[in-house]
Amino acid sequence: MNAVKKVERSGPAKAVIICCSALMREILQVNKFNGWDHFEVQCISAELHNYPQKICAAVQILIDQAVAQEQQVFVAYADCGTGGLLDAMLQAQHIERIPGAHCYEFYAGSAQFNIFHEAELGTFYLTDFLVRHFDRLVIKGLGLDRKPELEPLYFGHYKKLLYIAQSCDEKLQAQAKRAAARLGLEYQYHFSGSGDLGQSLKKFNAQIALKQI
Amino acid sequence: MSDDNYEEEDLDLASLDDDELVEQMHDDLYDGMAEEISEGTEILLSRGWTPDKVLNDALVGGMAIVGVDFRDGILFVPEVLSAAGAMKAGMAILRPLLAETGAESVGKMVIGTVKGDIHDIGKNLVAMMMEGAGFEVIDIGINISVEKYLEALEEHQPDILGMSALLTTTMPYMKVVIDTLKEQGIRDDYIVLVGGAPLNQEFGDAVGADGYCRDAAITVDMAKEMVAQKRAA
Repeated sequence: MNAVKKVERSGPAKAVIICCSALMREILQVNKFNGWDHFEVQCISAELHNYPQKICAAVQILIDQAVAQEQQVFVAYADCGTGGLLDAMLQAQHIERIPGAHCYEFYAGSAQFNIFHEAELGTFYLTDFLVRHFDRLVIKGLGLDRKPELEPLYFGHYKKLLYIAQSCDEKLQAQAKRAAARLGLEYQYHFSGSGDLGQSLKKFNAQIALKQI
Repeated sequence: MSDDNYEEEDLDLASLDDDELVEQMHDDLYDGMAEEISEGTEILLSRGWTPDKVLNDALVGGMAIVGVDFRDGILFVPEVLSAAGAMKAGMAILRPLLAETGAESVGKMVIGTVKGDIHDIGKNLVAMMMEGAGFEVIDIGINISVEKYLEALEEHQPDILGMSALLTTTMPYMKVVIDTLKEQGIRDDYIVLVGGAPLNQEFGDAVGADGYCRDAAITVDMAKEMVAQKRAA
């Protein structure tokens, strides 16, 4: 699996955002909305979330490339199951990432996410990206297309599917409802927009502006 | 292990000699074929095999192959779960027989997923592999508070406490449990093993566990070694 994929590269930009491909669409939208054309965005396959032990190495490859081109770097990952190893790696290089444990948390915001989590531990979360790729990443990714008998092992303790939406898209909402029905879970919807992702990118943009003064 | 160009015929397991049957059961475990594992287990028992020989040679031996291929990235979680399900079918037959024979337990383990976390696939795999290796396993479930861990330790007096977590947000609770054991002066009464996808050796060391278990097979090896050391001390 070639996890690292270059998205844009027409000569080195001033700064690079290294992200999980699950966030790429939202990052490009935030950049476009704010007129930030000085960011290069490079992404790493979201499939690495099934192999979190590989995330740090994949991120480091892109950091090394950026540093070689004297680009400033922001990492658009949460901890994402690296168990603090991503933080240790980034802190040693004075590089920031999005605060939080995973994208559900930084989209919803930590306080709101904790409310969701405490209200029902058995909540299965989806974002826009996961709704779009539900069949590939959840059904096929967990092998349920080949081994449907495993479904109770994976989802036996879940009661609810919560779609944390980045966009107001009725088609995605319908898909998310179907996903909940497919898994036999209660459906809940929460619109988050870009959440802390947008805030983190704004902060990074401000830091770059300061360094240019 | 399947071949699309090969038209499979029903294989009569009873027609195989012992070595062939054990080899076939390894293949069936690999392919997650629970019915075949039940049948093979019954056949070996009917031939006079002891329950522990069936367990070790046919089931544990087969799961060891699964474990190695999982570690090497040849098999993935769905396949391992299917294999574990097949082993469970064999264990359902063997468990009461093993109890009857009074085989001495290799050790006893209390295992549970920490508070705030409902994920138990890894925990269940570890419990099954430990049981297969001859440990008595008391699985206390998911979302386990420190009070529940302490109750289980008091009640069952195990050699090992196993804690599992899948979430970065819940894994720090392992330290809460270990610190509570220290406060109560009972930390050294137990071997504490921790595991889960986001954990690593550094985390295991930081929370004060005796061992970080990367996967179910390693847990078994580590548990055997540590219990033997503890008993020799």
